[in-house]
Amino acid sequence: MDAIRTENLTKVYKDTVAVDSLNLSVRRGELFSLLGVNGAGKTTTIKMLSCLTRPTSGDAFLHGKSICKDAAAVKSIIAVSPQETAVALGLSVEENLRLMGGVYGFTKEKQAEKIAELTELLGLETVIKKKAGKLSGGWQRRLSIAMALIGEPEILFLDEPTLGLDVLARSDLWDLIRSLKGTVTIILTTHYMEEAEALSDRIAIMKDGRLLICDTADKIKETAGADTFEQAFIHIVKGVAK
Amino acid sequence: MRTLTFANRNAKEILRDPLNLFFGLGFPLVLILLLSAIQANIPVALFEIQHLTPGVTVFGLAFMTLFSATIIAKDRGSSLLQRLYTTPMTPMDFILGYTLPILPISVAQCLICYVAAVFLGLPVTVHILSAVVCILPVSLLYISLGLLCGSVFTDKQVGGICGALLTNLSAWLSGVWFDLNLVGGTFKRIAYALPFVHAVDMERAALAGDFGGIFPHLWWVLGYAAVLLGLAVLCFLRQMKKQ
Repeated sequence: MDAIRTENLTKVYKDTVAVDSLNLSVRRGELFSLLGVNGAGKTTTIKMLSCLTRPTSGDAFLHGKSICKDAAAVKSIIAVSPQETAVALGLSVEENLRLMGGVYGFTKEKQAEKIAELTELLGLETVIKKKAGKLSGGWQRRLSIAMALIGEPEILFLDEPTLGLDVLARSDLWDLIRSLKGTVTIILTTHYMEEAEALSDRIAIMKDGRLLICDTADKIKETAGADTFEQAFIHIVKGVAK
Repeated sequence: MRTLTFANRNAKEILRDPLNLFFGLGFPLVLILLLSAIQANIPVALFEIQHLTPGVTVFGLAFMTLFSATIIAKDRGSSLLQRLYTTPMTPMDFILGYTLPILPISVAQCLICYVAAVFLGLPVTVHILSAVVCILPVSLLYISLGLLCGSVFTDKQVGGICGALLTNLSAWLSGVWFDLNLVGGTFKRIAYALPFVHAVDMERAALAGDFGGIFPHLWWVLGYAAVLLGLAVLCFLRQMKKQ
């Protein structure tokens, strides 16, 4: 069964078609990347899939649940780590995790259990009592992902998770994302070609709200007749794929 | 559970800011002490402790408007709210989560003012308790105003509108700092068409043990609170959908 299936998913803002009849499917446990230049429609697609904005037309089904008709059920199986670091800056790392645990209705015992598990998984031991506002960008991203994971989502949306991070912090986050593969379906949006190529099972490339191609990184290179994934991306987006 | 978790977070964010503690809890106290000192030297009936204290407890709630508006506006400006919108939290969880933590802060502020007033000569009577109870609907009024402003304005705009404009408006039009009868005319009519002076008159009546005097003003306060809360919910839902 597909984790996500979109059917002619469309979003129009006044005169702009942000997402145009998007049809794609994502398998369960897959790490699926959405690529595209600015304004391609990646973030709008994620906003629709995570029930933040309603589609103008079409629908999407997450584990068979409609984003239009059953948003509450969809929200119970997803989690989002937004583009900007979405943490409560005045709270400690532990308090941020407790906040999200409480929001998902966990008992105190379950919250403690999940916090211990995520602290170990994300290596948060050294910062667990620190205020989120005092953490570096890399740690805030880790916390942001931990906050997304605490609700035990079946589908995790990571919107530009490594944006603005240094090389080491990015490498650490890649390891973390790899460690999650297979346990949760991950939808990743990124501007970094090497990131998408290194992490993804399949990649969708969008431009002007339309899906141009959706395949593995190797197949996309083959289709574009390019040696590197970056070249393939440029060829496809510029419409010069062979 | 979700509401309480979110309310707990909001309480921590508000109470961990030392400026909030000073303006929320300390500033009304400073006003009572200062005006009582002036009253001791230049007696004015309006600033006698039994008149001054109810007024200051209501005026101090203008800071609750600022707290509620600021926390919502800041959350709207960050991605935290966007993250929470994708969770099972309902609009009611958000509204109650922003409202509930400020109610006990309002009561604490009111209690601090009355304790100080007792030390300054206010007789200890059961009517002080009535006045503290009556502060609850007034708190709801001021918090609702904050929820509305926070749902409409950015955190920078909130600072100017709630921090300066509303604080001044609620001060001038409340009859706390000068007798509205001295100005009279249109100014007084405008003041009595708004809820601030009704809140002060209600508090004064409660403290004086004049229970009949509470009710006409209570309806004004509750009416405005209900309308403002309704508008705040509508505006909050609107900006939630705008995501």
